[in-house]
Amino acid sequence: MALEDMRRPIESGCPDGMQYMHPVMVKNFGQWKYHEHPRPGVLVHYAKSGDAIWTVKAGTQRILDIYTLRKLCDIGDKYADGHVRFTIRSNIEYMVSEESKVDPLIEALEKEGFVVGGTANSVAFISHTQGWLHCDIPGTDASGVVKAMMDELIDEFKNCRMPNRVHITTSCCQINCGGQGDIAINVQHTKPPKINHDLVANVCERPSVVARCPVAAIRPAVVNGKPSLEVDEKKCICCGACYPPCPPMQINDPEHSKLAIWVGGNHSNARSKPSFQKLVAGGVPNNPPRWPEATAIVKKILKAYKEDAKDWERVNDWIDRIGWPRFFELTGLPFTKYHIDNWRGSRKSLNSSAYIRL
Amino acid sequence: MSESKHDTPMLDELESGPWPSFISGIKRLRDDHPDQRINGIANDLLGQLEHSYETRKGYWKGGTVSVFGYGGGIIPRFSEVGKQFPDSKEFHTLRVQPPAGNYYTTDMLRQLGESWEKWGSGLVTFHGQTGNIMFIGTSTENTQHFFDEINDYGFDLGGAGPCVRTAMSCVGSARCEQSCTNEHRLHRELVNNFTDDVHRPALPYKFKFKVSGCPNDCMNSIERADFAVIGTWRDDIKVDEAEVSNFIEAKGRQYVIDNVVTRCPTNCMSLTDDDRLEIDNRNCVKCMHCLNVMNKALSPGDDKGVSILIGGKRTLKIGDLMGTVVVPFMKLESDEDYERIVEIAEEAIDFWAENGLEHERCGEMIERIGLVNFLEGIGIEVDPNMVSHPRESSYVRMDGWDEEAEKWFERKREAKLAAGSN
Repeated sequence: MALEDMRRPIESGCPDGMQYMHPVMVKNFGQWKYHEHPRPGVLVHYAKSGDAIWTVKAGTQRILDIYTLRKLCDIGDKYADGHVRFTIRSNIEYMVSEESKVDPLIEALEKEGFVVGGTANSVAFISHTQGWLHCDIPGTDASGVVKAMMDELIDEFKNCRMPNRVHITTSCCQINCGGQGDIAINVQHTKPPKINHDLVANVCERPSVVARCPVAAIRPAVVNGKPSLEVDEKKCICCGACYPPCPPMQINDPEHSKLAIWVGGNHSNARSKPSFQKLVAGGVPNNPPRWPEATAIVKKILKAYKEDAKDWERVNDWIDRIGWPRFFELTGLPFTKYHIDNWRGSRKSLNSSAYIRL
Repeated sequence: MSESKHDTPMLDELESGPWPSFISGIKRLRDDHPDQRINGIANDLLGQLEHSYETRKGYWKGGTVSVFGYGGGIIPRFSEVGKQFPDSKEFHTLRVQPPAGNYYTTDMLRQLGESWEKWGSGLVTFHGQTGNIMFIGTSTENTQHFFDEINDYGFDLGGAGPCVRTAMSCVGSARCEQSCTNEHRLHRELVNNFTDDVHRPALPYKFKFKVSGCPNDCMNSIERADFAVIGTWRDDIKVDEAEVSNFIEAKGRQYVIDNVVTRCPTNCMSLTDDDRLEIDNRNCVKCMHCLNVMNKALSPGDDKGVSILIGGKRTLKIGDLMGTVVVPFMKLESDEDYERIVEIAEEAIDFWAENGLEHERCGEMIERIGLVNFLEGIGIEVDPNMVSHPRESSYVRMDGWDEEAEKWFERKREAKLAAGSN
């Protein structure tokens, strides 16, 4: 096709959400008064005008096939008002303007296998990344780990029995697209990359790969007469940062790419400033198709939190109150030399006081 | 579908259990869909995924695919094992910007679904971690067809690569009593000012906008956005005394003491002997906890606006960074206010584009050059709200002290004059 015949894009950017919003929400935009939580998975918001809107939240498989998407739409047309939204954790929310529509909507969703819940102090749906299904650098799958884990945590999604909400995230590499979570399950490589020296010169822009390394462990080298790169394995922290710009520096390893578990990430400003997650467990096998070892540790942490935390304490608030020694005691997880941070700024994470719970 | 169905013994194990199974969904596309093209894609995708499960490795490689006129927005995927799984050997994802706040009608979802069924795999996610609709899996050729079709009815690609990325905003004013700003308007004013920078990657690295309507920060903006905007207020928390009494009656005094008063991070609340809630508003840091617990009795004040934090990002390269306060408070009501915030974003992106190293996020640049150099670069004055505490290290040259102190006093005088003239 000649260049002038090509269709030029309309650079419309982000569409206006107002055109798809429930009319009660449009009418009361910015004029909401308070909300109630009549049961898990349902919120009702009251506007200053006296209007109310009920929201029913449901968990799905996130990777939606067209049949599932249509089923969600059919339910929205038959039992709700045809207006939906998706939460940041990929749950679908149906908004209805009459309370009488709530129960039939829940029944229809549950009949089709969707899971109503995920509100307030529940274990929310696990936010996750692409993994083996689509990513170019994943150490594990994402949808599979999450499916297997949610099968075990479903009752905590459907109920609100936790001290506060629990956000769980997963990530398939140390870039951590899954983000911060009360509990995060992330790939942690344990061996330096294996370099295919025959390919480096053709595939990789060597100076940018050298620049990408957080610890300056990569340097240009000539190997077998070809320009390549070499890694100082004593310095290497096995983060995998070199792998995306240079695929011949294979970091993923069926045996040595492990999972690590982190806790206490909290994006909210409520009660304390936002916090990053902290390492609690490493060396967890990356064990498809159901990753039972990772799930077992997550359940152990959730059990300790559920039993020991006070109302409204998120995981980070709870540990701030009880201290890390008690956390390791309650969860039975080992405390190792790897838990003591040595990255820049880490001195601030050391205990420079006589505050010791004995 | 030319060949027989691949055996998927490991994936089959993800069909048991009560949570909805994505594997069952892909199998429906393989087995039930009338279009053989989709049957074939689903079959080979399952085959490759099973191969990944067996060998514990990924087999997708990146590449260069875009649509005519743009340089980004597509995540190209070519299979390394495409000979074994030819029907899914090209399996690109289109990142499409959702409506601000993620609102849809079922009609619009169906329309998007139909277009995707025509040109893609039939697999879609609402939404990826950056906030895009992820249309997962199509060939290089069909990427253009699908984009042309949805672009005609109002959808545009998001960012991929070193560019301004798709933005996010919370449910916001549309349904939340804590909302302190018009999240969706701001979301669109910000990101749609940079459509060129979204579609033609030419920045040092990615740049993300996220807008949360209150400090609960449901969009995780402080931890995940280069440019985080958070709704807030600067007058007193509004107290409905009758509702406070109802709450105490329902929950008991001790509950209020243990779960509201003592959880305040600045100890600015007390419960009086006659069951009134006293708030020292001067010391409220807008953490949101008491409003979350007593959302019927307590509400944000009326003098609303936003705070801006710049520089949040995840791990690579130098470690996790949260955004830091660059604008403690600004009003966001008039068109001029919106113009001002867009201008601040332009200044920040321009300065970073000039001074950032390749693959260096804005926050990493600030870490390298220091916040003060960044502030001077974007024309914003220092403010004690930007720090947790002043400098601890004496290793600093301070021979400009008198001038700097005079700037502070001058700003104070100007602020006083401005306040007086209102």
